[in-house]
Amino acid sequence: MSVFKDAGHLFRFAGLFVLAFLLFLVIRGFVVPKTFGQYGHYRGAAIGEVGAHPIKFAGHQTCEICHTDVLDVKKSGKHAHVNCEACHGALASHADDPASVTPVKPDTAVLCARCHTASAAKPKGFPQVVPADHSNGLPCQTCHNPHSPAMAAGGAK
Amino acid sequence: MNLSRRQMLILLPAAAVAWKSVLAGTPEDSPNYKMSEHWWGMLIDIPKCIGCGNCVRACQTENDVPDGNFRTWVERYHVTDGDMVSPQVISPDGGKEGFPVVQEDAGKYFFVPKLCNHCADSPCTQVCPVGATFVTPDGVVMVDPKYCLGCAYCVQACPYGCRYIHPEKKVADKCTLCYHRITKGLTTACCEACPTGARQLVDLKNPKDPIHEFLKTHSVQVLKPQMATGAKVYYNDLDGSVR
Repeated sequence: MSVFKDAGHLFRFAGLFVLAFLLFLVIRGFVVPKTFGQYGHYRGAAIGEVGAHPIKFAGHQTCEICHTDVLDVKKSGKHAHVNCEACHGALASHADDPASVTPVKPDTAVLCARCHTASAAKPKGFPQVVPADHSNGLPCQTCHNPHSPAMAAGGAK
Repeated sequence: MNLSRRQMLILLPAAAVAWKSVLAGTPEDSPNYKMSEHWWGMLIDIPKCIGCGNCVRACQTENDVPDGNFRTWVERYHVTDGDMVSPQVISPDGGKEGFPVVQEDAGKYFFVPKLCNHCADSPCTQVCPVGATFVTPDGVVMVDPKYCLGCAYCVQACPYGCRYIHPEKKVADKCTLCYHRITKGLTTACCEACPTGARQLVDLKNPKDPIHEFLKTHSVQVLKPQMATGAKVYYNDLDGSVR
């Protein structure tokens, strides 16, 4: 016993360490989020939080539920694989509430030109025109149906 | 289109039900989505890109990206006379409103859409001191805005320049590969808005995904392969001058 005779201060010190460690564990339990470490060294719940962001583009599958007539026109034309919202813009709000959110038809002079204005930088096979020369200022939809842009046999309608 | 009142009454609830199922909650709540069954990436088909900027605008709309910052952007390369070392690259406002018209066809032009490469061995996640950025089990590099300190180590670490500090939130921000969409069966906003199919979301764990056939039959490259980042944005027909 004589070994521990003068060691009281060491035990008190060790006791303090143990207490501090327990305190650390308690604080850690409160401070570290429940899902930290669920999948790795990060907060697992963050994945769900990022995934909860609201959707703005409804997706063409949703549009096609109602607008089957447009789909019929589109699917045989050159724009078959151009999704609705590529031209009409983000319309999840319209899909959510079709009665009160009514989309505005895009201005073809701006919309069509965005893709089809001729530029040597664009891929060669892509149909391109110089808008001023091509239509003489007429809106594109005078001759083309934007949903199926090829002109009917025999020229402009 | 002209629908009768009867048709409208039938269609509206059907559309509402379909849309509600799309909106059904977070991935954990969504019983159909299992993270272990997916490994997301993207395919960029360079010869199809026309530089319209639809993807950039769609991304900014979908994800409330502040003006002047980009989660995706488009660069136009101009390589003259085989000068692979110093191509002229422009990206006016990220290519958001398209590119200036080129009259003369001198040299070679092409567009390169860029976004987070969702690297499997991502340098940006390795430098984060607080575990605020990570690769999810389904292969998406993500930022936890509640944990991020805004130290910007990751912004510097990304070899592709895909991160920025959000000017209002003061935390790192980046492409989430539209995680809120892909977990609900939709494609990303940029892919949805791309008119030519130059961008395609791919799921490398889905054996039916056309990407597997595409990778077999095309000359596909990732950006900066020498950095061994495990980048998952695959570029078809990528020119050697692209950095």
